[in-house]
Amino acid sequence: MWRYSLRRLASAVPTLFAVITVAFFMMRLAPGGPFDRDRMPTPEVEANIRKAYNLDEPLVVQYGIYLSNLLRGDLGPSFKYQDYTVVELIRNGFPVSFRIGITAITLALIVGGAFGVLAALRQNSLIDHAVMAVAMIGITVPNFVMAPLMALIIGVYLRLLPAGGYGGGSLRNLIMPTIALALPQVAYVARLTRGSMIEVLRSNYIRTARAKGLPRRLVVGRHALRAAFLPVVSYLGPAIAGIITGSVVIETIFGIPGIGRYFVQGALNRDYTLVMGVVIFYGTLIIVLNLLVDLAYGLLDPKIRYD
Amino acid sequence: MNILAAPPTAAAPVIAGRSLWQDALARLLRNRAAMVSLVVLAVIALLALLAPWISPHAFDDVFWDDIRMPPDFVKAHWFGTDANGRDLFARTLYGGRVSLLVGVAATTVSLLIGVTYGAIAGYFGGRIDSMMMRLVDVLYSLPFLFFVILLMVVFGRHIVLIFVAIGAVEWLTMARIVRGQTLSIKRREFIEAALAGGVSTAKIIRRHIIPNTIGPVIVYVTLTIPQVILMESFLSFLGLGVQEPYTSWGVLIADGAAEMETAPWMLVFPAVFLATTLFCFNFIGDGLRDALDPKDR
Repeated sequence: MWRYSLRRLASAVPTLFAVITVAFFMMRLAPGGPFDRDRMPTPEVEANIRKAYNLDEPLVVQYGIYLSNLLRGDLGPSFKYQDYTVVELIRNGFPVSFRIGITAITLALIVGGAFGVLAALRQNSLIDHAVMAVAMIGITVPNFVMAPLMALIIGVYLRLLPAGGYGGGSLRNLIMPTIALALPQVAYVARLTRGSMIEVLRSNYIRTARAKGLPRRLVVGRHALRAAFLPVVSYLGPAIAGIITGSVVIETIFGIPGIGRYFVQGALNRDYTLVMGVVIFYGTLIIVLNLLVDLAYGLLDPKIRYD
Repeated sequence: MNILAAPPTAAAPVIAGRSLWQDALARLLRNRAAMVSLVVLAVIALLALLAPWISPHAFDDVFWDDIRMPPDFVKAHWFGTDANGRDLFARTLYGGRVSLLVGVAATTVSLLIGVTYGAIAGYFGGRIDSMMMRLVDVLYSLPFLFFVILLMVVFGRHIVLIFVAIGAVEWLTMARIVRGQTLSIKRREFIEAALAGGVSTAKIIRRHIIPNTIGPVIVYVTLTIPQVILMESFLSFLGLGVQEPYTSWGVLIADGAAEMETAPWMLVFPAVFLATTLFCFNFIGDGLRDALDPKDR
C-alpha cells in the first residue's frame, strides 16, 4: 500500500509540473497586460512597474523565477490586490471556502445516502419516485439558477435568512450557501446509493442474512450499507471537484469572501498571479484528495489489494 | 429458403427481420418522457432558430420608456424588458441560439477529439493504450473549469474560443467509451478480414472501428450537449463567456440574478428555458440509452 501511494504521488508530480508550465506560458502569451488602464501612466512609471514584477526579463527567466519562488511556497504578489501576496489571499480565503465545502460534502453524504437507502428499500413506491424526481431536478437545474432562486424566495420574499453577505461568518449567513452548494451532490449521492443498494439487496449474502432470520434493520444497516456505499466513496473524488467548482459560483452569488470569489475577481481583472496561484493550489488539493479517496476505497473494499 | 445460408444472427426468418436500429427506434418511440422531451426541445430549437421572424422586437433595441417593464401584452413585451429596456422575449430566444449553438459546436469538437483518441488508444493497445489512457486519468482528476477560465482570461472572451475550450475539455469520457468499444470490436472477424485484405491501419480505424462504436457515442453526445450548455452558461454567468450585446441564457440569468428583487421575470424566463432544455436533453439521453442498450432495463 505504501508503494502504491508513493507511485501515485510520483505520477502526480509531473502532472502538477505540466499544469504549472502550461498555466504560466498561457498567461504570459496573453494579449493585453494586467496594467492596461484607460489612463496610461508615464513610460517611466510603467517601466518601474514592469521591473517590480520582473516583466522586463525574458520569458524563460520569468518562468525560472516563478518556479523557484513556487518551491519556497511563494506564489508572487497579486497584481490587483496591492500589498497582498497570492499566498496571503489564498490563506485568507481558504478557511471560508473550506468551512462551507466540508459541510456541503458531509451534508451530501448523510442526506443523499439516507434518501438513497430509503428509495431503494421502497423501490417503485411513491417515496422512491419522489426522491428520484427531486434528485433529477437537483442534477439538471444548475446551481447558478438554484442559488439566486433560493436567495429570492427564502431571502427576499420570506425573509427567513439573509439573501447574501458573509456577516463575519455567522451561521445564518452560511446556511443558504452551504445548502445551495450541497444540493447537486446530494442528488448525485442519492441516485448512486439507490442504484447500488438495489443491486446489493439482490445479492446472495443478503438473502442468507435474511434467511437466518436477522432483523431487517441489521441486514440493511450492517450488511448491505457497507457494500452499497462503495460506489459513493469512489464518487467522492468527482464530488470534491464539483464542490470546488460550485464554490466559485456560490461564493460569487452570496458574496462570500472565499477562494472562489477571489478567483473570479482575478479572472475578470486579469490578475495573472492570483488566477495561476488558485489553479495550482486547487490542482494540488484535488490530486492529493483523490489519492486519499483511492486509499480509503482500498480500506473499505477487501477485494482491492494494492501491489 | 435454405436455413444454413442465413446469417447466425437472423434467428427467426418467418418474422419480418428487424434490425438493431429498428428495434431501438421502436423502444425509443414507446418512451413517453423521451418523446415529450424531443417535442419540447424541437419547439425551443425552432423558436431560437426562427427568432428574427417570431419576435416582434430586435434583441438589442432599447425601449427608453419601458425599462424593467413586467410582462406586457399591449406593447408586445411578452417576457417584459430588462434593466436597459431591451425586450426579454427576443433576448431569451437569441440567447437560446447562442447556448444551443455552443452546445452543438463544442460537442462536435469533443466528439472529434474523443472518438479519434479513443479509437487509436483502443486499436493499438498495449503500451500506447496505457500511456494514452493514463493521460486521460490524469486530466480527469483536474478541475477543468479552472482551465477553461484560464483560457478565457488569456485569450479573451471570443465565442469560437468558447467552443474550442469547452470541447477540448469535454472529450475525456468520450475517449474512454470509444476505447472500450474498440477493444471489443478489434477482435472481431471483420477486422481480421480487413487486415488480411491489406487495408491500411488508418482506414481500418476510420471505416471499420469508428462506425461500429456509434451507439454508445450517440447516447453520450446527447448527454454531453447539456453539460456543454451548462458550462457555457456557467462561464457567461461569471462574466467570462459571451459578451454584450450578444447574449446567452447564462448571461441573462446573471443579469436576472442581479435584478431579481425588483424584476424577478428577468431571472425566471431564461432560467425556465435553460432548465427545460437541460431536462429534455437528459431525458432523451436516458431514453436513447435504454433503447440502444436494453440489458440495463
